[in-house]
Amino acid sequence: MSLIANSELAIEARQLSRNFGSLTAIDHLDLQVEKCRIYGFLGPNGCGKTTAIRMLTGLLKPSTGSINVLGYQLPKDAEKLRLKIGYMTQKFSLYDDLTVKENLQFLAKIYGLHGKKQQLRINELLDIYGLDTKSSQLAGSMSGGQRQRLALAGAVLHKPELLFLDEPTSAVDPENRREFWEQLFDLCDQGTTILVSTHYMDEAERCHKLAILEAGIKRADGSPDELMNNMHAHVVEVVANDIRTLKQQLLLLPDVISAAQLGARLRVLISKNIYQPIEFLKQLPLSKTIKELTLVRPSLEDVFVTCTGEGRQ
Amino acid sequence: MNSLLRIQAVFIKELMQLKRDHMTFGMVIMIPLIQLMLFGFAINTNIRHVPVGVVDQSQSGLSRILVQTISATQVVNFSQHYLTIEEAQLAISAGEVHAVLIIPNDVSQRLVRHQSVGLGYPPASDEETSRPIAQWLVDGSDTMIAAAIKGLRNMPLAELLNKPANRSTPTFEVTLLYNPEQRTAVNIVPGLVAVILTMTMIMFTSAAIVRERERGNLEMLITTPVRSFELMLGKIIPYVFIGLVQTTIILGLGYSVFSVPINGSLFQLGAATLLFIAASLVLGLVISTIAKNQLQSMQMTIFVLLPSILLSGFMFPYEGMPLAAQYIAEALPATHFMRLIRGIVLRDVDVFNMRFDLYWLLTFTLAGLSIASLRFKKNLD
Repeated sequence: MSLIANSELAIEARQLSRNFGSLTAIDHLDLQVEKCRIYGFLGPNGCGKTTAIRMLTGLLKPSTGSINVLGYQLPKDAEKLRLKIGYMTQKFSLYDDLTVKENLQFLAKIYGLHGKKQQLRINELLDIYGLDTKSSQLAGSMSGGQRQRLALAGAVLHKPELLFLDEPTSAVDPENRREFWEQLFDLCDQGTTILVSTHYMDEAERCHKLAILEAGIKRADGSPDELMNNMHAHVVEVVANDIRTLKQQLLLLPDVISAAQLGARLRVLISKNIYQPIEFLKQLPLSKTIKELTLVRPSLEDVFVTCTGEGRQ
Repeated sequence: MNSLLRIQAVFIKELMQLKRDHMTFGMVIMIPLIQLMLFGFAINTNIRHVPVGVVDQSQSGLSRILVQTISATQVVNFSQHYLTIEEAQLAISAGEVHAVLIIPNDVSQRLVRHQSVGLGYPPASDEETSRPIAQWLVDGSDTMIAAAIKGLRNMPLAELLNKPANRSTPTFEVTLLYNPEQRTAVNIVPGLVAVILTMTMIMFTSAAIVRERERGNLEMLITTPVRSFELMLGKIIPYVFIGLVQTTIILGLGYSVFSVPINGSLFQLGAATLLFIAASLVLGLVISTIAKNQLQSMQMTIFVLLPSILLSGFMFPYEGMPLAAQYIAEALPATHFMRLIRGIVLRDVDVFNMRFDLYWLLTFTLAGLSIASLRFKKNLD
């Protein structure tokens, strides 16, 4: 296990499982996260993203399996790891009844920063995260976007090597989300490894690498491009007269993985068992209603749909 | 060094939150103020003006004088007249009066033969001739009221007949130290310190950890390097000051409004109080690590609070309780502090003579703090 200390891996987990009673939240997860990368967990609600993050931060003990984070064995060395990681929880977990500045001062002292150093670091954070005008506002009275920036400032206050973000943008509008990701890339540039969970496809696409989780099982992993290129399906966009009926009938065919309506078009995923998807569709008896067929490049959502769908809701 | 900084961080955070929570901040002052005024005046074990009725079967001048003489004691207050005994019993069961005096037809014959009047011949001890002059029917369910009326049993009657009261020599002489006027407030006020501190201290801290958990702050806290005991200490220190403020309010008002003297040394009083505050806060912390939400922590607080009021000697003398109850009372910090503060405030005791109560509070605090720190695990399992 000492290999990891020098290696390029920030996180290495093997055969990680966690049960809550009869429920298996995480099922034999293997995970390798390289340093200075943004790694994403993509999955629907309840797929085990939070449980996985909690185990990797040492908050939960795994039922089986081994975890090595930044060279520390978890859960044994969880206390030592604390100074090196930052964790931004899904729910805002700073104090609503303290001001922005008081919240940061509290955290700074907890991390052993005081005096001049503390003041400098807090001013720096207020500046980076655009909170300098809000510093004496109560955290509870701020907007979702501001609170999330404060939470990020709190999580990186002690300049952690590894940052965990659990659905960081679930309460944030698209504008703020873009900005937030810019800040994540800045942190990544400065050498921070980031593990982020999300259920937004556009966010997942920004990650260097990602793992698609469903029902506690890793269905696929790799860079977004790899995932899209290696997908086991063709994507065909169909323009037709009666899209609703067409969709119903297509879904009855075993080789059609999914069909989703996008306005006037239908996006159909067809298994790679079929070599020529356009021909395949044209041969169908209902092809009379079809006006137009185009083979398109898969999106991450298509990847997600092809590799999930058999688990729990 | 870093550990102190972390304790300070938690301490300042608690202060800030307390400062912004106006309701709680107000209660810190208002609870002792209002409760002291309320209980200081209201709790009184010298029973007076019990409403009673009379069934006067003799309808004589003597019976009316008898009623007036009894009224003059101020123990009872004759508010009703009934014609029959049945009617009187109905009134007692309806709660109209607590007792009824039945004056028989032959009250004057009974009176002249009564030994306390001294006219009896043959000797008044003869049961045939000497009988009680009238009868009380009492609602005996309330023992305090029953005892007050039983106290009238041997009431001197000499003045009824214009005779000088015969001054008999008592068997014992009784000298009352520390509270010669027998004012209830003297005993109640120091006891209230123990009760109010038990209530506020346990309540504040029992919600402490639970609230952090409910609001989601705990998930953030446990990913930081803050240690359990640092969190615990930082959280209880602000309440130590609050406890001292409350003690000052109660004893200060007790002194100025109820003239309860503070006879003992202030230093010893402070030391004993601090120890009790610490014990109560720590008990609250232990509750806080067990309870899952604030409702549960409140229930557990009341579970401790009630015996602290009823068994600690605040309301009823410790010695009067059965042995099992005494054991339970011994376990409660309030019982020990009740003894200490009454000792110091009223009897000017040197605390060294009551050191076992101090030791017990100290042991309780240390044990509680370690239990709370051990129970508070820094993970979510």
